[in-house]
Amino acid sequence: MSDYNMQILICGGTGCKASESEEIRNVFNDLLGEYLLEDEVQVVTTGCFGFCEKGPIVKVLPDNTFYVHVTPSDVDEIIREHLVKGRQVERLLYRDPHSHEVIHDSKGMDFYKKQIRIALRNCGFIDPENIEEYIARDGYMALGKCLSEMTPESVIDEIKKSGLRGRGGAGFPTGLKWEITSRSVADQKYVVCNADEGDPGAFMDRSILEGDPHSVIEAMTICGYCIGADKGLVYIRAEYPLAIQRLKVALDQARAYGLLGHNILGTPFGFDIELRYGAGAFVCGEETALIHSMEGSRGEPTVKPPFPAESGYLGKPTNVNNVETFANIPVIINKGAAWFSAIGTEKSKGTKVFALAGKINNVGLIEVPMGTTLREVVFDIGGGIKGGKKFKSVQTGGPSGGMLTTASLDTPIDYENLQAAGTMMGSGGMIVMDEDDCMVAIAKYYLEFTLEESCGKCTPCRIGNKRLFEILEKITAGNGKEEDIDKLRMLSHVIKDASLCGLGQSSPNPVLSTLAHFEDEYLAHIKQGRCPAGKCKALLKYVVVEDKCTGCTLCFRTCPVGAITGERRAPHFIDQALCIKCGICFEKCKFDAIELA
Amino acid sequence: MEKITSLADLKRIKEQVQSKIKLREQSASAEKLVQIRVGMATCGIASGAKEIMSFLIEETEHQAIDAVITQTGCMGYCYAEPTVEVTLPGRQPVIFGHVNRERAREIIDRYIIKGELIDGMIPVNFKTIDE
Repeated sequence: MSDYNMQILICGGTGCKASESEEIRNVFNDLLGEYLLEDEVQVVTTGCFGFCEKGPIVKVLPDNTFYVHVTPSDVDEIIREHLVKGRQVERLLYRDPHSHEVIHDSKGMDFYKKQIRIALRNCGFIDPENIEEYIARDGYMALGKCLSEMTPESVIDEIKKSGLRGRGGAGFPTGLKWEITSRSVADQKYVVCNADEGDPGAFMDRSILEGDPHSVIEAMTICGYCIGADKGLVYIRAEYPLAIQRLKVALDQARAYGLLGHNILGTPFGFDIELRYGAGAFVCGEETALIHSMEGSRGEPTVKPPFPAESGYLGKPTNVNNVETFANIPVIINKGAAWFSAIGTEKSKGTKVFALAGKINNVGLIEVPMGTTLREVVFDIGGGIKGGKKFKSVQTGGPSGGMLTTASLDTPIDYENLQAAGTMMGSGGMIVMDEDDCMVAIAKYYLEFTLEESCGKCTPCRIGNKRLFEILEKITAGNGKEEDIDKLRMLSHVIKDASLCGLGQSSPNPVLSTLAHFEDEYLAHIKQGRCPAGKCKALLKYVVVEDKCTGCTLCFRTCPVGAITGERRAPHFIDQALCIKCGICFEKCKFDAIELA
Repeated sequence: MEKITSLADLKRIKEQVQSKIKLREQSASAEKLVQIRVGMATCGIASGAKEIMSFLIEETEHQAIDAVITQTGCMGYCYAEPTVEVTLPGRQPVIFGHVNRERAREIIDRYIIKGELIDGMIPVNFKTIDE
């Protein structure tokens, strides 16, 4: 075993690194040598602690002391006081923000842990292809409890009391959905798991299926017991081959153990699950379109009512829930509704998984209690913005959602607050934008996506979105007019009001949301022919600063279209008519002689 | 496979599996059994986790280290893939990020064999449902 008596862990996450954690490490190494402690104390750089706002962070083992906001000049004191004399450096300890008390006993160190993993409880812990590991972590216990100790009504009641709401987007109460389906009278009912994760940047459903497929199988079986269905279907996109493979393995194992099939756990209840593959159409995440796709028809939505709870798959009552929603169910049964509903906000209970993507340091999957602020998500868990750039906004809810700006940083995230801020929970993709992102171009990007994905059934969605897109294209090309802004708004509202399904009703949201928060950027494009973020190529203009140009001819030689002319050792010139704004000259110039005008 | 036909059966199997795991975890240094988990979700595999897993299997065999190497799902640290979790007997699990062959070797040579911590371990930044 190790010869070291103590270990110093220095956070080397990108956030802490930006605030001198490397320098701190160097000072530690130097001073430990001076104090002749280098053989006893090991200094290690770690990954992100997820507490970046308090960084740089230094943790001392084995006593688990947690120092915050450490500077290189504090190192000497930490060594002298803590390492040599065994006295903690009080002023660097973390203070509880509410009681203002210093935290001495950092055992467990939970105060900085902003995440709690419920839906992701087994992801990264168990071997997803080994049912025994799932069983060892209380797997199928909830099913056992439901079948042997609870009536379907009492299970539904427990889910209702837990306050669990659909994690796929709209946030409909799950227990209520189950209750409605359970009351429908029919000879056959179905449980459907919606694994058609389509939001760009969202990958939590895939990760749950890849990491913990049994939790979804168990929950679907419980749902079948509650609503009176003996058949389940997982609608999963064919683009998720690994998730499909793990699900198949899990289904086979569950059958082999008798946890699917007839007479589950010796009771009269039987249930089995089949897979249905989707071709990756965004609209098929909408439940009626999803059902049509499973039936072999075109993936087009139909009018609700009738709701799937009355007439769904093959005209039979069908309960559709999202993967993450299902993954919460076994925990609610095992730990009780009261335990679950103690987490979260008044109307949004439990946790939500978010997929962090975009200009953020810690791209990945996180699960936080409802009510966590956007600031905590972005700047603590997410480790802040890449390259130390300025935060601009977060896109939530995918192509159906909108922007959260700096004004919303301290808003607790839940269904209601996101809606009030003009966006939505959606499936939980969070795409972080920095100062270099052009909001008009982002709106255009999402619209392009919806345009591709619109099924074409409703005119406002099929044609209206196309027109919206064309207007945005005009603006980003520098040909926008002021009245275009009113046109965008008017058209957006028509599309929202006149489309049949959620896709059309929400498709103009990115436009409306960027207009609400960043109208000045639209105006800059239109009035000044300028893209404030420098992203819209058509509006860029590269020019040579004559004073700085040495006439080295590097730009002349690298320009792919021959737009640059000039004599050796004399200032060069860019012909704007030929320039394709590729920016190569700008990058290559060693004298900063090329500027963006 | 023997089918589970009652809740009591399920509980019995759970206890069996748990005690098997416990035995593995508490086998102390006398019978030093190391547990290694490799994050093998899409994000991990895309970053080379398969290669790292086979390297770890080969290398532990080569050095005669008694190790159980399994795959697991996404640990959430997609920015640091491939991720590897190592549990030494009697110690808390430690997660290492950005594991390439070189770092995998370092994990074996320094952490598993000597018990020294190495740079780039990722602190657990979430609570579990059991806390």
